[in-house]
Amino acid sequence: MVSSVVLVLMILAVGIGPFIWTVPINDIDFAAHLAGPSAAHPLGTDDLGQDLLARMLYGGRISIAVGLVAMGVAVIVGVLVGAVAGVSSGMVDAGLMWLTDLFLSLPQLPLLLLIIYLFRDTLTKIMGAQVGTFLLIVIVIGGFRWMAVARLVRAQFLSLREKEFVEAARALGASTRRQVTKHILPNAMGPVIVAATIYVADAIIAESTLSFLGLGFPPDIPTWGRILYDAKDYLDIAPHWALFAGGAIFITVLAINFVGDGLRDALDPRRIL
Amino acid sequence: MTRYIVRRLLIAIPSLLGISLVLYTILALAPGDPFGDLASNPAVPPAVAEALRQKFGLNDPIMLRYWHWLMAMLHGDWGFSFVSRVDVDQLILQRLPTTLAVIGASQVLALAVALPVGIYAAIRPYSLFDQIASTFAFIGFSLPTFFTGLVLILIFSIQLDWLPFVYRADISTPGLLGVWLHIKQAIMPVMVLGLFQGASWTRFVRASVLDAIRVDHVTTARAKGLKERAVVLRHIVRNALIPVVTLIALQLPTVFGGAIVTEQIFRVPGIGSLLISSILANDTPVIMAVTFIFACLVIAFNLIADLLYGWLDPRVSYS
Repeated sequence: MVSSVVLVLMILAVGIGPFIWTVPINDIDFAAHLAGPSAAHPLGTDDLGQDLLARMLYGGRISIAVGLVAMGVAVIVGVLVGAVAGVSSGMVDAGLMWLTDLFLSLPQLPLLLLIIYLFRDTLTKIMGAQVGTFLLIVIVIGGFRWMAVARLVRAQFLSLREKEFVEAARALGASTRRQVTKHILPNAMGPVIVAATIYVADAIIAESTLSFLGLGFPPDIPTWGRILYDAKDYLDIAPHWALFAGGAIFITVLAINFVGDGLRDALDPRRIL
Repeated sequence: MTRYIVRRLLIAIPSLLGISLVLYTILALAPGDPFGDLASNPAVPPAVAEALRQKFGLNDPIMLRYWHWLMAMLHGDWGFSFVSRVDVDQLILQRLPTTLAVIGASQVLALAVALPVGIYAAIRPYSLFDQIASTFAFIGFSLPTFFTGLVLILIFSIQLDWLPFVYRADISTPGLLGVWLHIKQAIMPVMVLGLFQGASWTRFVRASVLDAIRVDHVTTARAKGLKERAVVLRHIVRNALIPVVTLIALQLPTVFGGAIVTEQIFRVPGIGSLLISSILANDTPVIMAVTFIFACLVIAFNLIADLLYGWLDPRVSYS
């Protein structure tokens, strides 16, 4: 419960915050550089004297947006693959599952780094730095996270499609498409929702990891991971810089994980009391 | 058993081929070019650059290049680093022991934390210990490794000045002092990786022990008057470890991912930092070899997990 309140507060803060705290994120003020928290800069400033609160609020928007959209990509791909594999047995099923296993044994982080490094410039040229990088990161993070969902959905399909109510629908002459969309899929979504919640946290960490390794968003778009990356060279003189950014990631991820855990308990009929 | 291993190895071959093909295609399709610097360097005439491209076969179609790469790989020729001008296998062999040592030590630490804590928490579910352990586990795996790493550096290297924060593989101090220096610099990377893994494994262990605890044979074992210790260790934990082994094997790609980050924070000269530097330098042969090694490690650990199954659970048949 507490965690959902924290989460809502976080989202509200990054959603509305920039309208209330209107200090521009790229206002350079060398007089106040690397300053600790003060009235003018509640979270202090970075090496160029830019206001950290404003940058954190702005970056939080991007970090959370990346988490949500990447989760969307992963869930959509996973549900599609899992549903197709679960409905059609035989060759298609075997092929899709082989693909899933192949993706599971790919070294994820190295590939993420590689793809983003290799394709970032091209996409940036086509669509501009912000949109291009965002799309690339979201697609790549989501594209490496769908396997668990696909397996969950397929397992659910395999058991659900033999259940009486689906058989009844089949006997009433429902097409395969109708059976899937109206009868099987809604019943298979419980575990997927839980997995999806955890994915948001996963994707936020993945994005921060990329930014932290210097391969995420460009420096003028301060996501939380990017702020941390910039801060790590000033750990000894300005520890607040790193602590606020890392703390924000930590609290958000922790809150999302707790919410996911609560959902799991609420949705799992096998729960041991 | 031997037949099973052979069969599994045979199944692994198409997967490895698939992975290497995917990797190779991504690298080949990417707009980056290892000779891009040469092309923009006015001191190198275009004809020379072109000849170099011809020599390394960069103008051939992708499939043909992949075929050449595969054949060379099978002959033990891993290629030649464009940047450091050393054979790739040498470069990797230099770095691999450090990575394996750090990862190995951290996995041992993770298991040493996760097994006892998870089992004890599950035997007394919803007790005070369980709640404290669960909370810490949650906090542990919600903390990204790059953040814990920075915080540890902040506390132990900068504030207290106890531990070095740059990892050096070339410490040559002889005797016990040298060993101590090695251990000292490895403490923080191992702690960061190990505690992160330990936190998430604690939850797995707890969940699967809970699943294995309410079954009839455990009640029977208690009814027979077996000591609690024997019941827990031989009747509950042995069964509970089966799913844990799968999960651990499936998590290994993430572990290697975490190792890349940790190596980057603590400047550990392992293959993770080799990968990052070669990606930044567009050093294709090294990138290809390192990612391929990561893939091989993942597949190897999956195989080991399947073999451990048979040891833990005699019901699993290898036919």
